[in-house]
Parts: sequence; structure tokens; C-alpha cells
Amino acid sequence: MARYIMTVDLRRCIGCQTCTAACRHANATPPGVQWRKVLDIESGEFPDVRRSFVPVGCMHCANPPCMHVCPSTATYQRADGLVGIDYDLCIGCGYCAVACPYQARYIVHKREFAYGERPTEQEEARFDPKRMSAANKCTFCSDRVDYAKEHGLTPGVDPEVTPACVNSCIAGVLAFGDREDPNSNVSQLLAENQFFRMHEELGTDPGMYYIFDSK
Amino acid sequence: MSDVKIPPGRVTPWHQTNWDWRAAGNFIGGGSGTGLLFFATLAAGSADAYRIMALVALAFIGGGLTCVWLEIGKPFRAINVFFHPHTSWMTREGMVAVPVFLCGLAAAWFGGGIFVGMAALLGIVFLYCQGRILQASKGIPAWREPKIVPLILSTGFVEGAGLAAVLSAVLPGEGPRWIAGVLLGALILRRIAWTMYFKAVEQSGLPKKAMDVLRPFGAKFEMLGQLAPEILIVAGIFYGAVLPGLTLVAGLVAAASGWWLKYTIVARAAYNQGYALPVLPVRGQGEVKPGIKPGWTK
Repeated sequence: MARYIMTVDLRRCIGCQTCTAACRHANATPPGVQWRKVLDIESGEFPDVRRSFVPVGCMHCANPPCMHVCPSTATYQRADGLVGIDYDLCIGCGYCAVACPYQARYIVHKREFAYGERPTEQEEARFDPKRMSAANKCTFCSDRVDYAKEHGLTPGVDPEVTPACVNSCIAGVLAFGDREDPNSNVSQLLAENQFFRMHEELGTDPGMYYIFDSK
Repeated sequence: MSDVKIPPGRVTPWHQTNWDWRAAGNFIGGGSGTGLLFFATLAAGSADAYRIMALVALAFIGGGLTCVWLEIGKPFRAINVFFHPHTSWMTREGMVAVPVFLCGLAAAWFGGGIFVGMAALLGIVFLYCQGRILQASKGIPAWREPKIVPLILSTGFVEGAGLAAVLSAVLPGEGPRWIAGVLLGALILRRIAWTMYFKAVEQSGLPKKAMDVLRPFGAKFEMLGQLAPEILIVAGIFYGAVLPGLTLVAGLVAAASGWWLKYTIVARAAYNQGYALPVLPVRGQGEVKPGIKPGWTK
């Protein structure tokens, strides 16, 4: 069975936020909601300073605390590892949001628009009332992964079935694929490089792998 | 729930915005109500006094659950809360609440019998679920510490014993004088639980802002919430004539300090995990550097 993950090559990221913009466009998220965002971390003291750009979002954990705590079973885990939310079941209790150590979940109670009091044509056309007052988060563009199954395509290789953030990345930072397939792009990257996973000590078994150096 | 905006790209832990005073209200109502349901079995001087105590206890629990209902985004889907007993402590809390109310109402109706004991024990299960709800919140370091469970249990006992002492003093029928000793015992248990909890979070580390809330709170809480009622009760034991009056005051202080404790932990110390890098990646300078965990005590 596939286990879809994302790799993030921290050596390459320049913090351009194109992935953020692509995600917002693909998923029609409202202002203030960024399923994919890029942290800009400054560290050290002059003259020995560092600036790191770190894309974050839902880690699609193999042991997702958000799913375990969800009282309504709205949060679920698919066989391919993707963690999703059934907006028809979610009661908007926010328990998943406080259980997620990656701050990846959002609950929006009031419609807001990018420009002023009224929605743009795009915002009106793509508004999904099911998401109001329900938890939402990155899906790893699961609709595209489903499309891949139906059409014999490979997520992470064929662009039309690859998450929007990965497709849009101008620096080749993000890669998506099947961790269980030793020949997949992500397995190859992980075999050739050193990596870590964020907050791994919490036992979540996250599905985003951060590459920081070659082996 | 508030719609407070989180600054995009924030790295250090920030205060979560999903659970506010209404969530704290559930833990306050649930702890006081179940604690009172338990100690009413000891403190009530008559069947009528028990009835009133049990109804007050159920009102506390119901009030707490109403707070939660007011907080959820889809209140008319609240029934869905029962769907996940396999792993969700919130579901389990909801499922236990039903027999707590049924047994509590039956106990109040009959004023005695098997329902009294059942309501008391089910109340403890409900209280335990509340502790586990917090522990399962992995995104909030001040909550996920396992020692929060004995702290929630013991403060529920203190609140219940405190309220039972107050009510037994004002309700018809003379309540037992030794309820003061029970309250003192509960206070000592909570002192131990608080000390263990605070030491544990100090050792494991917390977001600095959460520690900035807990450390000064702890100093005041130990004086006003623990030592003050303990002194009142001990003074009452030495000067027996004033014991009922001092127990009443100590009960009020003890219960209020439990509410203060839970409001502080649930509503004020609820800073999230933030982000951390175990190592800094190779970039222009060409070498890996030690990692960072911004905004943490350790």
C-alpha cells in the first residue's frame, strides 16, 4: 500500500511563497488561512547568522493526534496515509486543532474576503459553505491523488496528479511521492540525503521529511 | 471561538485561539459538579440536603457542557460527538455524561439508594475523561503533560469537597464535622499533584510564555489557593467552636482556587508547540549548524 509523503529540501528554499499562493489558488482558502506556508527563521548572532525558509502545513502523520481525538470521526486517515476531514461530520469543536502540534488546522466562522467587504468573482464562485465553522487543513491535494488512481498516473511525477504546492515550486524544494516505493522520487531523495522530521519526538510519525544535507 | 488571526510565518509558540473561557468553563463545571456529586454522599446531613447537593452538582456539570455546546462551530450537529468512543476522550466524556445525569437525577429523586453510589462513581469517570481530554491535546505543551490527569482529578475532589462543606453548612440537617478533614485531605492531594505537575513541565520544558503564566500563578496559588484554606481548617480543628464557620470559608476558597487553576491552565497557559528545527540546513556557508527551538524554556 502506498504511503504518500512530501520531502522538503531546505537547502533550496528561497522563501518565495509561490507554494503558498499556489495552494491558496488551488484550494480557495480565505484570507488568514494558509494550508501551505513558509516560515522565515532568522537565527544566530552577528556575524554568524542564518536564515532558513521552512515550508510547513499538515504533516499527514501516520499516527495523527487530530484523528485520535476527533469525537465525530470527521478526521480520518486513508489507506494511502493521507489525513482528511469530512466537513459534513465535523462539529467544529476545535479539539483537533489543539491536538495538532504543527498548528496546521484552521476553523473559520466568518466569511472574509481578500479585498474589502464583498467577495471577488473568484471568491464567490469557489466559496464552499461546508467549510464554515468546520476544521480545515491541507489535503495533500487528495483529489489529484484520487484522479491518479483512476487514470493510471503517478502522483509526484505527473503534474496533473501532484499537489499544487509541489508543482509550483520554482526551486525544486518540494517533492511528493510514495515512501513505500523504493524507486519513487521521494524514496530516492531520502536515500541520498540526510533528513529530519519536525517534532518527531511527539510520536506522530509525520509525513513531511526535511532534507538538510547530502549523505 | 474567536477569529483571531495568526500572523503568517510565526515561529515561536502563540496562544491557541480555538478553546477559550468556554472550554475552561467545561472543566470548571465538570470538576466541581462531579466532585460535589461524589462528596455529597458523605457530607449531606439529610436526604433533602443530598437532593439539593446532587441537583447543584448536575447543574454544574450541565453548565460546563453548555459552555462547550456554545463553543463548537456546528452546535446543531452536537450529536456527532458520540461517534468516536474508540480513541476520543471527548466522545467518552459525552457518553459518560448521559448515565451521570440519569443516575444523578434518580439519586436526587429517591434521596438515597444505589443510584447515589452509581452517580458518584460515574462522576469520577467523567472527571477522569476530562483529564485525559487535556492530556491528549498534543499541540498544547502545558496540557499534554501526563501529570495533568492527577491534577484535574485532585482539583475536582477539592472543588467538590469544598462545595460539599459549604452546602452542608447552609442546608437543613447537620453535616458531619469531619468533612473539614476530608477537605484538608483533598487539598493535600492537590498540593502534591500540583507540585508534581509543575516540576514535570519545568523539567520537560514549556513555551516561555506559558511558563510566564504558570510560574507567577503557582506562587500565588500555593499561598491563596492551598495554604490559606489549609490554615483555616487546621485552625478550626484546634479551636473546635469555630470549625464550621472556618470550614465554610475554607470550602469556598478551595473551590474558587480550583476554578482559578483550571482557568489559568486551560485559558491562559494554552500556548501551542510552535516550530523547531533539530538542525539548521546547509546553506551558503556550507555546513550544518545546531538546531533551534524558538520561544521555549529548553
